[in-house]
Amino acid sequence: MAALLAAIGYEHWIIHVLLALPILAMPVILFAPARAARYIAFVVALMEMVLGIGLWWAFDPTRSGMQFVTDVTWMSRFGIGYRVGIDGLSLLLVLLSVIMLPLVVWGSWRGIDQKQRGFYALIMALNTGMLGVFVATDLFLFYMFWEMLLIPMYFMIGIWGSANRIYAATKFVIYTFVGSFMMLVAIIWMVAVVGKATGQYSFAYDNLLDHANLLRPWGGWLFTAFALAFAVKVPLFPFHTWLPDAHTEAPTAGSVDLAVILLKMGTYGFLRFAIPFFPMFALSKTTGMVIATLSVIGIVYAALVAMVQPDLKRLIAYSSVSHLGFVMLGIWGSTVESVQGAIMVMVSHGLSTGALFFMIGMLYERRHTRKIADYGGLARVTPLLATAFVITAFSSIGLPGLNGFVGEFLVLLGSFGRYPWLVAIAATVVVFSAAYMLWSTQRVFFNRLTNPLNEGIGDLNLRELAVIGPLIAAMIWVGLYPAPLLRRTEGAARHYVEMVTPALPPAALPDPGAQP
Amino acid sequence: MVQLVWLAVAFPLFGAVANALLAIRRPAAKTAVSIIGVGVLAGAFVVAVGVFNALVHDPRPSVPVVLWHWMPVSERLSIDFAFRVDHLSAIMLLVITGVGGLIHLFSVGYMRSDPGYARYFAYLNLFIVFMLVLVLGASLPVSFIGWEGVGLCSYLLIGFWYEIDANSDAGKKAFLANRIGDFGVLVAMFLLWWHLGTLDFVGITMRAGAVFPIGSSAALLIALALFLGCTGKSAQIPLYVWLPDAMAGPTPVSALIHAATMVTAGVFLVVRTASVFALAPVSLEVVAVVGALTAFVAASIGLRQYDIKKVLAYSTVSQLGYMFLGVGTGAFASGIFHLITHAFFKALLFLGAGSVIHALHHAFHHAHSDADAQDMRNMGGLRRWMPWTFSLMLVATLAISGVPPFSGFFSKDEILGAAFARGTQHPIYLVCWALALGAALMTAFYMARLLAMTFLGRFRGGDKAAEYLHDAPWTMTGPLVVLGLLSVLGGVINLPHFVGGTGWLERWLAPVTETARMTMTPLPEVEGASALLLISLAVAAAAVGLIGGWWVTSRATILTPAQSPEEHGFWRAVYHKYYVDELYQKVFVNPTVWLSRRVLWQTVDAFLVDRLGVGGTARLAEGLGWLGSRLQNGQVAFYVTMFAVGAVLILRTLVR
Repeated sequence: MAALLAAIGYEHWIIHVLLALPILAMPVILFAPARAARYIAFVVALMEMVLGIGLWWAFDPTRSGMQFVTDVTWMSRFGIGYRVGIDGLSLLLVLLSVIMLPLVVWGSWRGIDQKQRGFYALIMALNTGMLGVFVATDLFLFYMFWEMLLIPMYFMIGIWGSANRIYAATKFVIYTFVGSFMMLVAIIWMVAVVGKATGQYSFAYDNLLDHANLLRPWGGWLFTAFALAFAVKVPLFPFHTWLPDAHTEAPTAGSVDLAVILLKMGTYGFLRFAIPFFPMFALSKTTGMVIATLSVIGIVYAALVAMVQPDLKRLIAYSSVSHLGFVMLGIWGSTVESVQGAIMVMVSHGLSTGALFFMIGMLYERRHTRKIADYGGLARVTPLLATAFVITAFSSIGLPGLNGFVGEFLVLLGSFGRYPWLVAIAATVVVFSAAYMLWSTQRVFFNRLTNPLNEGIGDLNLRELAVIGPLIAAMIWVGLYPAPLLRRTEGAARHYVEMVTPALPPAALPDPGAQP
Repeated sequence: MVQLVWLAVAFPLFGAVANALLAIRRPAAKTAVSIIGVGVLAGAFVVAVGVFNALVHDPRPSVPVVLWHWMPVSERLSIDFAFRVDHLSAIMLLVITGVGGLIHLFSVGYMRSDPGYARYFAYLNLFIVFMLVLVLGASLPVSFIGWEGVGLCSYLLIGFWYEIDANSDAGKKAFLANRIGDFGVLVAMFLLWWHLGTLDFVGITMRAGAVFPIGSSAALLIALALFLGCTGKSAQIPLYVWLPDAMAGPTPVSALIHAATMVTAGVFLVVRTASVFALAPVSLEVVAVVGALTAFVAASIGLRQYDIKKVLAYSTVSQLGYMFLGVGTGAFASGIFHLITHAFFKALLFLGAGSVIHALHHAFHHAHSDADAQDMRNMGGLRRWMPWTFSLMLVATLAISGVPPFSGFFSKDEILGAAFARGTQHPIYLVCWALALGAALMTAFYMARLLAMTFLGRFRGGDKAAEYLHDAPWTMTGPLVVLGLLSVLGGVINLPHFVGGTGWLERWLAPVTETARMTMTPLPEVEGASALLLISLAVAAAAVGLIGGWWVTSRATILTPAQSPEEHGFWRAVYHKYYVDELYQKVFVNPTVWLSRRVLWQTVDAFLVDRLGVGGTARLAEGLGWLGSRLQNGQVAFYVTMFAVGAVLILRTLVR
């Protein structure tokens, strides 16, 4: 496969095609007949996916740096370039974005029944934005994609959302924009400082990283600015309250994209930018303790809050806060194992939470309610949906053998040396996550079916099976055989840890196996 | 042949997938389901026998079987999906596939008329898969797949009839209690890896002694964390409360998962990681005390239950306590010995109870009676209609009570003997021994009571229902007969010296626990008159309990549930299981939910963070904007004043 891809020059054009295809499809969708919109979108999405999956083979796991690199000058006066590339940190997120695209389109097939052209055009824009964030190696480009995402998401929630959509959309935009504006200031500051010292003004990631020591005097402020932007996006406790609103009010496709991709942009930002640029500050004893503590608070707190939510989507939204806490903990665990784990949690959370939102969307399309209390006993009328939901629920709570366990386990294991007590507290979430997931599953799918409105609910149809099926297959695959994924990310994780190690204060426990 | 051990897992895995597909596409194809469901267990058992036989002739005591690279994470952490066939896992393999196969066969008759037949077998097959992964796993994480997987199947099967809310509740409760334990296992894994750099069982056994000095606090912490997992999985104090509720599942499930196999996983885990426990003698004392206490308390609750399955459930909790007492004294082989004999006689008891329930359910159904088919007060005199079931239950009762020469006598006596012997070194074990002896007495008592209430006397379920009573079909009695033979003869695998035996099992398991036993002070031999006295005491306890239970029960007038008055005084507390469930609900569950809802969600999240924090920032921005707009009010006088004030202020700063 790799040879075939090399023969067609895949590595040279793939990123550009992936970025351009959805954008080019936008006008086509907008000007096509309304009824054709979703078909065009679906075809484009499939193309995007088929093309993108080649990355899996074309990516060379033995190399730790950027691959598929392109560096073209764009605005030379400002040192801005079209600089893109993929490494082990971003590969899986890029793959997740392209694989989710057709599922998102197909999952919206029935739920979106008005203004279809605009909707599918926005999905396309969203996809380019998400991919752009993960492949950009120029900070201006990165910032552009980062902000570009807000617009389609705003409209998606604001137009196709449910009752409280305007409030949620506005909250989402203002919340994230305040954070990212700080980041813009920080980026310009960095370019100015480095430019002044070296005489070369450039937004290139490598250039700024090479001269990161020049930023030392402002490290605290700059890191804080980046951290604010990313922490809101993660979301890290206590910056999380936009998420339950946005998740709950968004249409299914919006919730899925939010959960699967957008939430990962924050943690990715920490791994790619905030920590490597300012390791001395980001990983200092104090900062590390603060962020690790907030992560663990988020993990446990969000799980407890999820447990008492009466609304299914809100419940899953809080569970996302809990899961993303694991990613943050793993990043600050600063071992190859914990960083590998953090990447695996990002992927796994995408699979299981994506599937959960899809299925809640399917329930919503049938009954037009997200209230747990309105359901009950559905397993009898929708056995397939119940089976899929239970499998996904167990994947979400980290049952070993399914995807969720791998990442959580590695994060906790890898971070234990640095934060033994915090890890022990975080590990209690195995009880609380099971509590919120099993309790809600029981109230929706088990117990006696008492509400006559639920009698007539139909089981999954073929289209819905085709959306959920691949996700469940992926959960089992990643759970039992994560080796191909771990091998592809190991180089980057190791490289990252080697890069930040000099900045690390001594850990609580010595290296494993260091004893006689 | 040993390398083919994966087939033993592959067979039931195939069964689980095939039956799941049938459950979706053709739930009515019950013959196909039966053939697949039982057939794969037969296949797995054949493989197990082959593997065991190969291992007997293999010079190596333990053979690694690497299937694939599971988590190649980094240079220092690479976990393979690997099995390890050794003397312990091989014998567990036989028990699980053997007893499991018999229970699968029994289920064919028992579950025949259930609409969820295919789904049932899919779950049951899947359970066997996970149980085998648990015992075969070469490292803690691989075993943990099985460990949590059996919990999943237990959850699914307890809540099998999910339309009854109580069943779903019980399944959830079981999984949550197990997860509290799993927290311990996770923490143990983290500690082990950071201290030893390995999670492989052999690696742990080899390195633990080199890294931890005897009595080290790290070893103690690891051992206690692991044991927390064991109390969850094996229903010991304080996490035993899920097991009695787990009886909501179909009875064969109770026999397989909640008696013979899954619940013994904790005992297995202690033996697997014995090297760590041995380095922390205090941890073994904790294991022994918790085991003995559980054995005693659970047995006492069993005295006053009326639901036939509840009696057996508490009996299981109690017998598991014996096993922990056994391993807690360092007599690891004795713990496993009791695990095996218990698998035989407790599976038999549950399946026998299943036959009774099946027959009564059928009879009550035809007689249009809504009497509870599990309440022993609705039974009585069943010996007349169900002679096979009665004789076999009698055999099992004698075995569990510890009457010689039935299997339970040998395994229980070994544990009591070991506890007493250890007691000569540490008095705490003498207390354990006394508790266990008391539990033995109560065990015999409640078992005799169970038999008497069920099979003796007069049938209390009404004459109409009596017409429909009959013994179970051969698919159900067949497995009972085999289990009956095993219950009688099971003792031969570890016959003690005083009856001319050679203690085969102990020798067989010796390589597994060698490292641990080298670390510990050896168990002193109790010889001569005192040994004889100990055995006499145990037998006397069994005899007194059996006769007492029979005598008390057959003399009492037993009223049907409707006629029964409320219990009073102490027995009321026993009947209500000492109100432990209610206590947990009030102390742990309700406050957690309250804290989550009222404090964390409504106060912290919705009010403090969102209203005050986020909303407050918005108000602040709004306020500043309002202030700014107020400044431009169009009044020239105001502007002039402001200008003057500003000018003065600037001048003042400049002049300074």
